[in-house]
Amino acid sequence: MDSVSIVALASIFAAGLAMGIGSIGPALGMGQAIAQALAAIAQQPDERNSLTRTLFVGLAMIESIAIYCFVISMILIFANPFWGHFVKVGG
Amino acid sequence: MEIVSLNQISPDQVIIWSWGFITLNVTILYTWLVMAILLVISWLATRNISSEMNVSRWQHFLEVVISVVRGEISEMTKKGADNYIPLIGTLFLFICTSNVLVIVPGFVAPTSSITTTASLALCVFIAVPYYGISRNGVFHYLKEYFQPNFIFFPFHVMGEISRTLALTVRLFGNIMSHEKVVGILLAVTPLLFPVIMQALGLLIGVIQAYIFAILSMVYIASALSAEEEHHVHVEVKKESVAT
Repeated sequence: MDSVSIVALASIFAAGLAMGIGSIGPALGMGQAIAQALAAIAQQPDERNSLTRTLFVGLAMIESIAIYCFVISMILIFANPFWGHFVKVGG
Repeated sequence: MEIVSLNQISPDQVIIWSWGFITLNVTILYTWLVMAILLVISWLATRNISSEMNVSRWQHFLEVVISVVRGEISEMTKKGADNYIPLIGTLFLFICTSNVLVIVPGFVAPTSSITTTASLALCVFIAVPYYGISRNGVFHYLKEYFQPNFIFFPFHVMGEISRTLALTVRLFGNIMSHEKVVGILLAVTPLLFPVIMQALGLLIGVIQAYIFAILSMVYIASALSAEEEHHVHVEVKKESVAT
Protein backbone atom coordinates (compact mmCIF):
# COMPACT_ATOMS: atom_id res chain seq x y z
CA MET A 1 0.00 0.00 0.00
CA ASP A 2 1.43 3.41 -0.89
CA SER A 3 1.48 6.29 1.55
CA VAL A 4 -1.49 8.15 0.05
CA SER A 5 -3.87 5.25 0.54
CA ILE A 6 -2.57 4.71 4.06
CA VAL A 7 -3.39 8.35 4.84
CA ALA A 8 -6.85 7.96 3.31
CA LEU A 9 -7.53 4.75 5.22
CA ALA A 10 -6.34 6.19 8.52
CA SER A 11 -8.30 9.43 8.05
CA ILE A 12 -11.61 7.74 7.31
CA PHE A 13 -11.12 5.20 10.10
CA ALA A 14 -10.16 7.89 12.60
CA ALA A 15 -13.11 10.06 11.58
CA GLY A 16 -15.53 7.23 12.30
CA LEU A 17 -13.85 6.40 15.59
CA ALA A 18 -13.76 10.04 16.70
CA MET A 19 -17.46 10.48 16.06
CA GLY A 20 -18.47 7.13 17.54
CA ILE A 21 -16.43 7.18 20.73
CA GLY A 22 -16.67 10.92 21.16
CA SER A 23 -20.44 10.96 21.27
CA ILE A 24 -20.75 8.39 24.06
CA GLY A 25 -19.76 10.76 26.85
CA PRO A 26 -21.89 13.74 25.79
CA ALA A 27 -24.88 11.44 25.23
CA LEU A 28 -24.65 10.07 28.77
CA GLY A 29 -24.11 13.55 30.19
CA MET A 30 -27.00 15.13 28.32
CA GLY A 31 -29.32 12.30 29.32
CA GLN A 32 -28.38 12.79 32.95
CA ALA A 33 -28.81 16.56 32.74
CA ILE A 34 -32.23 16.38 31.09
CA ALA A 35 -33.46 13.75 33.53
CA GLN A 36 -32.40 15.88 36.50
CA ALA A 37 -33.92 19.01 34.98
CA LEU A 38 -37.24 17.26 34.32
CA ALA A 39 -37.32 16.00 37.88
CA ALA A 40 -36.62 19.51 39.14
CA ILE A 41 -39.35 21.01 36.94
CA ALA A 42 -41.80 18.36 38.16
CA GLN A 43 -41.00 19.29 41.74
CA GLN A 44 -41.05 23.04 41.26
CA PRO A 45 -43.08 24.04 38.20
CA ASP A 46 -42.89 27.71 39.19
CA GLU A 47 -39.14 27.78 38.60
CA ARG A 48 -39.56 26.46 35.07
CA ASN A 49 -38.11 29.53 33.31
CA SER A 50 -34.80 29.73 35.09
CA LEU A 51 -34.47 25.93 35.09
CA THR A 52 -35.01 25.78 31.35
CA ARG A 53 -32.52 28.53 30.68
CA THR A 54 -29.86 26.91 32.84
CA LEU A 55 -30.62 23.57 31.18
CA PHE A 56 -30.09 25.02 27.72
CA VAL A 57 -26.83 26.69 28.66
CA GLY A 58 -25.61 23.48 30.26
CA LEU A 59 -26.67 21.38 27.32
CA ALA A 60 -24.79 23.72 25.00
CA MET A 61 -21.66 23.26 27.09
CA ILE A 62 -21.98 19.46 27.04
CA GLU A 63 -22.93 19.34 23.41
CA SER A 64 -19.90 21.32 22.33
CA ILE A 65 -17.69 18.32 23.15
CA ALA A 66 -19.58 16.20 20.63
CA ILE A 67 -19.41 19.12 18.19
CA TYR A 68 -15.61 19.23 18.54
CA CYS A 69 -15.47 15.53 17.63
CA PHE A 70 -17.73 16.16 14.66
CA VAL A 71 -15.67 19.09 13.40
CA ILE A 72 -12.48 17.07 13.71
CA SER A 73 -13.95 14.16 11.76
CA MET A 74 -15.22 16.61 9.10
CA ILE A 75 -11.72 18.11 8.84
CA LEU A 76 -10.24 14.61 8.53
CA ILE A 77 -12.60 13.75 5.69
CA PHE A 78 -13.05 17.00 3.76
CA ALA A 79 -10.09 19.23 4.59
CA ASN A 80 -7.32 16.87 5.64
CA PRO A 81 -4.11 18.88 6.06
CA PHE A 82 -1.89 15.82 5.48
CA TRP A 83 -3.63 14.81 2.28
CA GLY A 84 -2.21 17.56 0.06
CA HIS A 85 1.26 17.07 1.52
CA PHE A 86 1.34 13.36 0.75
CA VAL A 87 -0.13 13.82 -2.71
CA LYS A 88 2.59 16.38 -3.45
CA VAL A 89 5.39 14.18 -2.07
CA GLY A 90 4.14 10.90 -3.44
CA GLY A 91 3.16 12.35 -6.80
CA MET B 1 -29.40 24.19 -7.61
CA GLU B 2 -26.92 23.13 -4.99
CA ILE B 3 -24.55 26.00 -4.38
CA VAL B 4 -22.24 24.39 -1.87
CA SER B 5 -21.58 20.81 -2.89
CA LEU B 6 -21.34 18.02 -0.36
CA ASN B 7 -17.57 17.74 -0.39
CA GLN B 8 -16.96 21.39 0.45
CA ILE B 9 -16.76 22.04 4.15
CA SER B 10 -17.32 25.78 4.01
CA PRO B 11 -19.21 28.17 1.72
CA ASP B 12 -16.06 30.33 1.68
CA GLN B 13 -14.67 28.05 -1.00
CA VAL B 14 -17.38 28.96 -3.51
CA ILE B 15 -16.27 32.17 -5.17
CA ILE B 16 -18.88 33.97 -7.23
CA TRP B 17 -16.95 36.95 -8.51
CA SER B 18 -13.38 38.11 -8.22
CA TRP B 19 -11.54 41.17 -9.41
CA GLY B 20 -7.86 41.47 -8.58
CA PHE B 21 -7.42 40.67 -4.93
CA ILE B 22 -11.08 41.34 -4.13
CA THR B 23 -13.11 38.16 -4.06
CA LEU B 24 -16.80 37.80 -3.37
CA ASN B 25 -17.70 34.42 -1.95
CA VAL B 26 -21.05 32.92 -1.02
CA THR B 27 -20.64 33.69 2.69
CA ILE B 28 -20.21 37.44 2.14
CA LEU B 29 -23.09 37.55 -0.34
CA TYR B 30 -25.56 35.85 1.97
CA THR B 31 -24.36 37.87 4.97
CA TRP B 32 -25.23 40.98 2.98
CA LEU B 33 -28.59 39.44 2.13
CA VAL B 34 -29.41 38.77 5.79
CA MET B 35 -28.26 42.29 6.72
CA ALA B 36 -30.48 43.73 3.99
CA ILE B 37 -33.49 41.74 5.19
CA LEU B 38 -32.98 42.90 8.78
CA LEU B 39 -32.50 46.51 7.66
CA VAL B 40 -35.60 46.53 5.47
CA ILE B 41 -37.77 44.95 8.17
CA SER B 42 -36.63 47.39 10.84
CA TRP B 43 -37.03 50.33 8.43
CA LEU B 44 -40.57 49.21 7.60
CA ALA B 45 -41.37 48.75 11.27
CA THR B 46 -40.01 52.07 12.48
CA ARG B 47 -41.13 54.15 9.48
CA ASN B 48 -44.26 55.50 11.12
CA ILE B 49 -43.76 54.53 14.73
CA SER B 50 -46.25 55.86 17.23
CA SER B 51 -47.25 55.60 20.87
CA GLU B 52 -50.98 55.89 20.19
CA MET B 53 -53.55 53.18 20.66
CA ASN B 54 -53.48 51.74 17.13
CA VAL B 55 -49.98 50.83 16.14
CA SER B 56 -49.00 49.01 13.00
CA ARG B 57 -48.46 45.26 12.86
CA TRP B 58 -44.75 45.64 12.22
CA GLN B 59 -44.36 47.79 15.28
CA HIS B 60 -46.16 45.19 17.39
CA PHE B 61 -43.86 42.52 16.04
CA LEU B 62 -40.70 44.47 16.79
CA GLU B 63 -41.94 45.47 20.24
CA VAL B 64 -42.59 41.82 21.10
CA VAL B 65 -39.09 40.81 19.97
CA ILE B 66 -37.42 43.60 21.90
CA SER B 67 -39.41 43.02 25.07
CA VAL B 68 -38.55 39.31 25.03
CA VAL B 69 -34.84 40.04 24.60
CA ARG B 70 -34.94 42.73 27.28
CA GLY B 71 -36.75 40.40 29.70
CA GLU B 72 -34.17 37.66 29.22
CA ILE B 73 -31.25 40.04 29.69
CA SER B 74 -32.64 41.74 32.77
CA GLU B 75 -33.38 38.37 34.35
CA MET B 76 -29.75 37.47 33.79
CA THR B 77 -28.08 40.64 35.02
CA LYS B 78 -30.68 41.61 37.65
CA LYS B 79 -30.05 45.16 36.49
CA GLY B 80 -31.04 47.36 33.60
CA ALA B 81 -30.86 45.73 30.18
CA ASP B 82 -30.62 48.81 27.99
CA ASN B 83 -26.83 48.83 27.77
CA TYR B 84 -26.68 45.32 26.36
CA ILE B 85 -29.66 45.20 24.01
CA PRO B 86 -27.79 46.65 21.00
CA LEU B 87 -25.12 43.93 21.08
CA ILE B 88 -27.04 40.90 22.34
CA GLY B 89 -30.19 41.65 20.38
CA THR B 90 -28.27 42.14 17.16
CA LEU B 91 -26.37 38.91 17.63
CA PHE B 92 -29.59 37.02 18.32
CA LEU B 93 -31.51 38.53 15.40
CA PHE B 94 -28.68 38.02 12.90
CA ILE B 95 -27.99 34.40 13.87
CA CYS B 96 -31.69 33.55 14.17
CA THR B 97 -32.55 35.04 10.77
CA SER B 98 -29.69 33.35 8.98
CA ASN B 99 -30.46 29.99 10.63
CA VAL B 100 -34.19 30.09 9.96
CA LEU B 101 -33.81 31.12 6.32
CA VAL B 102 -32.07 27.79 5.66
CA ILE B 103 -35.43 26.30 4.68
CA VAL B 104 -35.56 28.64 1.67
CA PRO B 105 -34.10 26.67 -1.26
CA GLY B 106 -30.88 28.15 -2.55
CA PHE B 107 -30.06 29.94 0.67
CA VAL B 108 -26.74 29.13 2.32
CA ALA B 109 -26.61 30.13 5.96
CA PRO B 110 -23.66 32.46 6.54
CA THR B 111 -23.33 30.90 10.00
CA SER B 112 -22.31 27.61 8.39
CA SER B 113 -18.94 29.21 7.62
CA ILE B 114 -16.38 29.32 10.40
CA THR B 115 -15.28 32.84 9.42
CA THR B 116 -18.71 34.29 10.23
CA THR B 117 -19.00 32.56 13.59
CA ALA B 118 -15.40 33.46 14.46
CA SER B 119 -16.06 37.13 13.78
CA LEU B 120 -19.26 37.05 15.86
CA ALA B 121 -17.37 35.41 18.72
CA LEU B 122 -14.61 38.02 18.40
CA CYS B 123 -17.24 40.73 18.88
CA VAL B 124 -18.16 39.07 22.19
CA PHE B 125 -14.46 38.67 23.06
CA ILE B 126 -13.98 42.42 22.68
CA ALA B 127 -17.31 43.34 24.27
CA VAL B 128 -16.51 41.56 27.55
CA PRO B 129 -13.58 43.82 28.58
CA TYR B 130 -15.38 46.83 27.10
CA TYR B 131 -18.42 46.45 29.32
CA GLY B 132 -16.31 45.35 32.28
CA ILE B 133 -14.02 48.37 32.07
CA SER B 134 -16.77 50.86 31.36
CA ARG B 135 -18.64 49.67 34.44
CA ASN B 136 -15.93 48.95 36.98
CA GLY B 137 -12.88 50.81 35.68
CA VAL B 138 -9.61 49.38 34.37
CA PHE B 139 -8.14 48.55 37.75
CA HIS B 140 -11.09 46.57 39.06
CA TYR B 141 -11.47 44.74 35.77
CA LEU B 142 -7.81 43.72 35.67
CA LYS B 143 -7.91 42.74 39.34
CA GLU B 144 -10.37 39.99 38.48
CA TYR B 145 -7.62 38.28 36.48
CA PHE B 146 -5.45 37.94 39.57
CA GLN B 147 -8.09 36.32 41.80
CA PRO B 148 -7.47 34.48 44.10
CA ASN B 149 -3.75 35.13 43.51
CA PHE B 150 -1.38 35.90 40.66
CA ILE B 151 -0.72 32.23 39.78
CA PHE B 152 -4.21 32.09 38.27
CA PHE B 153 -3.54 34.80 35.69
CA PRO B 154 -2.65 32.42 32.79
CA PHE B 155 -5.70 30.27 33.53
CA HIS B 156 -8.02 33.27 33.35
CA VAL B 157 -6.49 34.31 30.01
CA MET B 158 -6.74 30.77 28.69
CA GLY B 159 -10.36 30.62 29.79
CA GLU B 160 -11.17 33.79 27.84
CA ILE B 161 -9.59 32.42 24.67
CA SER B 162 -11.01 28.92 24.95
CA ARG B 163 -14.56 30.11 25.54
CA THR B 164 -14.33 32.30 22.44
CA LEU B 165 -13.16 29.25 20.52
CA ALA B 166 -16.01 27.19 21.99
CA LEU B 167 -18.55 29.84 20.97
CA THR B 168 -17.15 29.79 17.43
CA VAL B 169 -17.01 26.05 16.95
CA ARG B 170 -20.38 25.36 18.59
CA LEU B 171 -22.41 27.53 16.23
CA PHE B 172 -20.37 26.54 13.17
CA GLY B 173 -20.52 22.82 13.98
CA ASN B 174 -24.26 22.79 14.60
CA ILE B 175 -25.28 24.62 11.45
CA MET B 176 -22.70 22.99 9.19
CA SER B 177 -23.54 19.52 10.49
CA HIS B 178 -27.22 20.11 9.87
CA GLU B 179 -26.52 21.10 6.25
CA LYS B 180 -24.32 18.05 5.69
CA VAL B 181 -26.81 15.67 7.30
CA VAL B 182 -29.65 16.96 5.12
CA GLY B 183 -27.43 16.65 2.05
CA ILE B 184 -26.52 13.07 2.86
CA LEU B 185 -30.14 12.15 3.64
CA LEU B 186 -31.23 13.66 0.31
CA ALA B 187 -28.90 11.24 -1.42
CA VAL B 188 -30.01 8.22 0.64
CA THR B 189 -33.76 8.61 1.32
CA PRO B 190 -34.98 11.43 -0.89
CA LEU B 191 -38.68 11.76 -0.11
CA LEU B 192 -39.79 12.19 3.48
CA PHE B 193 -36.83 12.06 5.81
CA PRO B 194 -35.10 15.29 4.75
CA VAL B 195 -38.31 17.20 5.51
CA ILE B 196 -38.30 15.96 9.09
CA MET B 197 -34.63 16.85 9.41
CA GLN B 198 -35.35 20.34 8.05
CA ALA B 199 -38.04 20.82 10.69
CA LEU B 200 -35.56 19.70 13.34
CA GLY B 201 -33.03 22.09 11.82
CA LEU B 202 -35.35 25.05 12.38
CA LEU B 203 -35.55 24.13 16.07
CA ILE B 204 -31.77 23.69 16.30
CA GLY B 205 -31.17 27.00 14.55
CA VAL B 206 -33.37 29.01 16.90
CA ILE B 207 -31.96 27.24 19.97
CA GLN B 208 -28.40 27.89 18.82
CA ALA B 209 -29.16 31.59 18.28
CA TYR B 210 -30.66 31.70 21.79
CA ILE B 211 -27.67 29.91 23.27
CA PHE B 212 -25.19 32.19 21.54
CA ALA B 213 -26.95 35.28 22.86
CA ILE B 214 -27.39 33.86 26.37
CA LEU B 215 -23.78 32.68 26.62
CA SER B 216 -22.40 36.01 25.48
CA MET B 217 -24.62 37.69 28.07
CA VAL B 218 -23.30 35.26 30.71
CA TYR B 219 -19.72 36.14 29.78
CA ILE B 220 -20.44 39.87 29.90
CA ALA B 221 -22.28 39.49 33.21
CA SER B 222 -19.30 37.63 34.68
CA ALA B 223 -17.07 40.60 33.85
CA LEU B 224 -19.57 42.92 35.54
CA SER B 225 -19.83 40.92 38.73
CA ALA B 226 -17.10 42.75 40.66
CA GLU B 227 -18.28 45.54 42.94
CA GLU B 228 -21.85 44.59 42.23
CA GLU B 229 -23.42 45.64 45.52
CA HIS B 230 -21.96 49.12 45.36
CA HIS B 231 -23.30 49.76 41.86
CA VAL B 232 -26.70 48.30 42.61
CA HIS B 233 -26.93 50.65 45.54
CA VAL B 234 -26.03 53.65 43.39
CA GLU B 235 -28.49 52.60 40.70
CA VAL B 236 -31.35 52.27 43.14
CA LYS B 237 -30.61 55.79 44.34
CA LYS B 238 -30.60 57.09 40.77
CA GLU B 239 -33.89 55.40 39.97
CA SER B 240 -35.59 56.78 43.06
CA VAL B 241 -34.41 60.25 42.06
CA ALA B 242 -35.70 59.76 38.53
CA THR B 243 -39.12 58.67 39.67
